Amino acid sequence: MLTRRSVLLASAAAASVPALAAMGMPRSAGAQTPANVLVFAKQIDDIISLDPHEAFEYTASEIAGNVYQKLVTTPNSDPARLEGELAEKWEVSADNKTFTFTLKQGPKFASGKPVTAEDVAFSLSRAVILNKSPAFIINQFGFNRDNVASRIRATDARTVVLETAEPTSPSFLLYCLSAAVGSVVEKATVMANAQKDDKGGDDLGNAWLKQNSAGSGPYAVRQWKASESVMLDANPNSDTPPKIRRIIMRHMADPSAQLLGLQRGDVDIARNLVADQVKQVEKDPKFSVQYARKASLMYLSLNQKHPILSKPEVRQAIKLALDYDAIQKNIVPTTYAVHQSFLPAGLPGALTEHPFSKKTAEAKALLAKAGHADGFEVALDYFSGAPTSDIAQAIQANLAEIGIRLQMLPGEQRAVITKTRARQHDIAMVRWGSDYFDPHSNAEAFSINLDNSENAKNRTIAWRASWDIPELSRKTLAALKETDSEKRAAMYADIQKEHQQVSPFVIMLQEIEVAVSRAAVKGFDMGPMNDRHSYTNITKA
Amino acid sequence: MSDTATSPAAPPPGGQPAGGRQRPSAMRLRFQAVSGTLASIPITLFGLVLVTFFIGRVVPIDPVLAIVGDRAPQDVVEAARLQLGLDQPLYVQFWRYLGQIASGDLGRSVMTSNPVTDDIIRFFPATFELATLALIVAVLIGIPLGVWAATRQGSWVDQGVRLFCLAGHSLPVFVLGLISLLLFYAHWGVLPGPGRQSIFYEGMVDTRTGILTLDALLAGDWGAFQDALLHLAQPAGVLAMFSLAYIARMTRAFMLNELKSEYVTTARAKGLSRGRIVWGHAFRNTAVPLVTVLAMTYAGLLEGAVLTETIFSWPGLGQYLTVSLLNADMNAVLGATLVVGLIYVMLNLLSDLLYRLLDPRVK
Repeated sequence: MLTRRSVLLASAAAASVPALAAMGMPRSAGAQTPANVLVFAKQIDDIISLDPHEAFEYTASEIAGNVYQKLVTTPNSDPARLEGELAEKWEVSADNKTFTFTLKQGPKFASGKPVTAEDVAFSLSRAVILNKSPAFIINQFGFNRDNVASRIRATDARTVVLETAEPTSPSFLLYCLSAAVGSVVEKATVMANAQKDDKGGDDLGNAWLKQNSAGSGPYAVRQWKASESVMLDANPNSDTPPKIRRIIMRHMADPSAQLLGLQRGDVDIARNLVADQVKQVEKDPKFSVQYARKASLMYLSLNQKHPILSKPEVRQAIKLALDYDAIQKNIVPTTYAVHQSFLPAGLPGALTEHPFSKKTAEAKALLAKAGHADGFEVALDYFSGAPTSDIAQAIQANLAEIGIRLQMLPGEQRAVITKTRARQHDIAMVRWGSDYFDPHSNAEAFSINLDNSENAKNRTIAWRASWDIPELSRKTLAALKETDSEKRAAMYADIQKEHQQVSPFVIMLQEIEVAVSRAAVKGFDMGPMNDRHSYTNITKA
Repeated sequence: MSDTATSPAAPPPGGQPAGGRQRPSAMRLRFQAVSGTLASIPITLFGLVLVTFFIGRVVPIDPVLAIVGDRAPQDVVEAARLQLGLDQPLYVQFWRYLGQIASGDLGRSVMTSNPVTDDIIRFFPATFELATLALIVAVLIGIPLGVWAATRQGSWVDQGVRLFCLAGHSLPVFVLGLISLLLFYAHWGVLPGPGRQSIFYEGMVDTRTGILTLDALLAGDWGAFQDALLHLAQPAGVLAMFSLAYIARMTRAFMLNELKSEYVTTARAKGLSRGRIVWGHAFRNTAVPLVTVLAMTYAGLLEGAVLTETIFSWPGLGQYLTVSLLNADMNAVLGATLVVGLIYVMLNLLSDLLYRLLDPRVK
């Protein structure tokens, strides 16, 4: 006879299997993390490789910055200043083509061996020969597979000589060498793990270095599990020994899960909280919130192939129609700041003036002057996720006030980029992150377009907006070649001022990176680029 | 890749074997049916690849973008396009891809730069572990609930089960997941948070199968096993809740059908106990369609549940497939789709075989 009781019993037994199992278990849930281990909660599924000469993604660059050292770097307290990391000093020849670096004595790899000039020359050459995504940062000085052996060489145990193809601004070269692609790997370890490739050569240890490390930085890679976790252990031989013995980065895709982990004490620092969560913990004394300007901009690209958008008055009207402050305050109060020039704040030479604010009457007058007093209709492509979709709606409302009717075209991030690369958009809302810590990274993208034809080789952001600017391109190239650092910075300031007024780019916002840590956790040093986030001085009370 | 672990209610498999004249031998019948199903596998998979391939090519995302990045100069972009064979007509591209998979090579994922086969070997065990536990829980609870509701048709029990199933079926998985995290993890602290293991056990157990609980057992690490099982409890529970609702509903429907049959009345008239009637007769007869429901539920769970995986930071097939799709990483999408297709076909085959075991008429 089937009674209610028997069914209840059967169900209860089934339901209690996990519960019973739970009772006899160690209470791992809710325990604080161990004192010598630091746990980050972060979206780390962007990591493709940990090889510093291949990786170009945010998380991998950050790890490279803590596992490897470069010849030079910039301190986060004064990001424009260059200082030696592995290099003690450097000299520039009179023709600005030969750069001689003398290495410090003291830096050691995790293996215990000292860093030699041979390791440095090998590493920079390796980046050139592998020729992966970030290689162009170094290759733009004229290095290639064939000439690198003679142009980058170790002349003795502590001296490295670089010869550039053309006279080069020292600050430009040094900023580029401070990027993650300038990381120095230990030649002996890397080559011992090199694998033969199908062409009879070897992979210069690329397959091995994807998952391991051979650096002289404060940490060494212990383990990486894709979309799951990264574990770093302190490098016992580092000349800048870290305070925390082990760093664990756990992949947590969902910001709510990151916040819960932080509140439970399972996470020490949460890296991807969204604006309203940050607001929630900001006033809580149990947590401390840290902000750092990120070299990433959100802007509108107005395609100059569009007959109406190509009129200067219309471009200006759009710039004056948007309520930048309201968008920032209401939608992205903690994660973006208003920024209106193509060099993000924190990078050398950045212009931080905001010439544009919402002036509806002025914008309307400009439209009327262009012959569009009744407005017009135009399409806007944007990424359908948060917060971009909310920002797009605010823009739609702002532009409606001056008569511009936006046809909203939400899409996937890569679909929007694909469209702008093919110059098929009218207006597109896009993000752009700087590739390396020099003004030229963004200046090249936003204000150089030497060939506006459909078959152009260099398809910069300016090209994607079909913005034909022979004169401005020349000015931007002149700034690149200026060897006097101060003069160079002044030239970029001028270019940005002109660019703000004439360009078809409505630069709106700069991203802010937010890290929320438990109050007892101190010393996470955040910089303007991902490879400048340093774990060395983190402590847990 | 969906969180809806259901497929439209699958009809009971196979037709009834034609009774009467010249019945072929049972052995031969079984062989024919199995070989027929086996022969249909390549056709099914071919259709799957065909459709996925062409959908992938009309997606408005440039696949080269994921390989060379947004910053590459045009000559690099063109070189990558040529290397991928994207300049060729679609049918040539498709033909090449078929040749490639025929030789067992699923190609390389551009997102992870690994061979797709390696990626799947890495991501699938996590999904397998989660799906299997979820199914076990769902079966152990769902079937008794369904039977119970059927035997008490119209009573408050039946209404209660119906409400429960409705809730389980209609509450979005991410809501259930977050509520579960809030209660069991944040509020009461009885279960661990997102992830597959506690940091204490991170890197302590060697990866052999990729199924963490099994790896811990193989390593003889009881603590790591318990830890992994605890971490499974919430995501598996949430997924089970969803499947459970479906299984209970289907069980109830099948049982009601049987309980109305004349043989049940006969059995009752003969004075058989209610337990014998329900479990020994009626339930045995629902086993055949139920096997199909379970197989399809399991297949649905095995294709990965992207929302559950996201909330619980579970590195499974669902996330892999979604991220690949959003980046037009077609090798990865096609590879993972093929695996999912293969799972469906194999489970279908398995339920066919089970059906033959369960149905005495075929013996």
